[in-house]
Amino acid sequence: MMLWRAIVAAVLVGAAPALLAGEIASDARRSGYSFMGPDTRIMQDDDTSNPGMLFVLDGETSWGRTTGNANKACADCHGDAKTSMKGIAARYPAFDKTLGRPVTLDQRINLCRANHQQATPLPYESRDLLVLSAYVAHQSRGVAITAGDDPQLTPFVAQGHDLFMQREGQLNLACTNCHDDNFDKRLAGAPITQGQPTGYPLYRLEWQTLGSIERRLRSCMTGVRAQPFDYGSPELVALELYLMSRARGMPMETPAVRP
Amino acid sequence: MAALINVPARANAGDIIEIRTLTSHIMETGFRHTADGKLVPRDIITNFTCRYNGVEIFRADLFPAIAANPYLSFFTVVNESGKFEFEWIGDNGYSTTASASITVE
Amino acid sequence: MPTTRRQFLSLAGGVTAAGAIPIVTLRPVEATPAALAIAIRNALGEATIRNGKVRLDIPPLVENGNTVPMTVSVACKMTSTEYVKSIHIFNEKNPQPNIANFYLNASSGRAQVSTRVRLADSQKVIAIARFADDSLWQASAEIVVTLAACTEEMN
Repeated sequence: MMLWRAIVAAVLVGAAPALLAGEIASDARRSGYSFMGPDTRIMQDDDTSNPGMLFVLDGETSWGRTTGNANKACADCHGDAKTSMKGIAARYPAFDKTLGRPVTLDQRINLCRANHQQATPLPYESRDLLVLSAYVAHQSRGVAITAGDDPQLTPFVAQGHDLFMQREGQLNLACTNCHDDNFDKRLAGAPITQGQPTGYPLYRLEWQTLGSIERRLRSCMTGVRAQPFDYGSPELVALELYLMSRARGMPMETPAVRP
Repeated sequence: MAALINVPARANAGDIIEIRTLTSHIMETGFRHTADGKLVPRDIITNFTCRYNGVEIFRADLFPAIAANPYLSFFTVVNESGKFEFEWIGDNGYSTTASASITVE
Repeated sequence: MPTTRRQFLSLAGGVTAAGAIPIVTLRPVEATPAALAIAIRNALGEATIRNGKVRLDIPPLVENGNTVPMTVSVACKMTSTEYVKSIHIFNEKNPQPNIANFYLNASSGRAQVSTRVRLADSQKVIAIARFADDSLWQASAEIVVTLAACTEEMN
């Protein structure tokens, strides 16, 4: 009897985590790409007509340019990004041992600048920072997302999950209300996606430029009439971490194009 | 600022080829205002020219209704190998160029 | 009125914490049908414009008015005697009636140009082609433009 119970317990523990209310089943997850019309998809598919690629090209130039008091370029330590950066963005936000918390790719770039190039940090959402993160993230295109797998990140993923489930703003909506429970329906003519962050930083037609996931999350918060979290805040990092872990296994698309 | 050009590397004499161009530019319309009512001045690319071995083969006048990071695709007949030269001119003395070569058999 | 809602939401957001001045789009002066007719006359003169030969490919329902892919093509063999000299694109409800002018020649091979345009509202887009013999042909398309659902303040 004891053995039987132990076996059942082991099977239950070993089985895939039970779906929380509203959570999307793993094989039902879809990238924002699948919610777009054919013209926008063509824009993303062709590297010579994808406006996000303009930023990737500029990022390639930045990668090789020396900067800071140390007069070093990213390439001096990291060599050819096509090999050294492959798969990196797919596992960000990642745990930083020194800081004891997760950092985003943008924050990692600025940490490198401070620690290794003796250069000033680039402002969040500045073109200089975006082209670098676009170039690095582009090297992970096609790679399956693994962010959040590190056990040290578990409490932060949980924090992000709580934020995802928490109602906020004058409209009193939580992310889950639209992006788990109502995707495929429309909001003011635009399709509601599942909010899978497979293509960041991406070229958004609305912005007419490339932007980060933090910019998108902040505008979502403004959209429900909540005060948006600051760029680089622990809340936005946790939320990005949760979203990436929610998309675990989906391939990266950077630079994506979205409406 | 980057430009992305798509020109086939080779073609046969007499072929009609498609040329695709994409360049970075904000294309500020001149119709937007800041929150305190000030007009954000117009800053757009106004002209695009493509020359093939020095001869103009395509030209465009662009207005604020052209989207940011202007994309243009057009066609031409190629009869000999040579070089395409692309030039974008705009407000505030903006000027940028790019080029691409093609081998025609 | 979509622009009013955007305008309200942008202004209600107020100035950002960093003190940066947000850019809002107040409802601009619209091109009227008269302005459109004048723009066409200025570009192409008084000659009659016939319907046909031109084809406008624009999605009838655009995902975002800021970037609308558009292809204009003209049924023409493009020979040294019969070819399209220029194609002119106009619109009805943007602040300005012109969108672009494209200049081709006898060795263009195909009278087809693609670009991406901005459309401020649901409206008509008109493409007019001028042939080498100065004849004018046109096509138009009615486009529905919806705006993105969540607005944002400038960063």
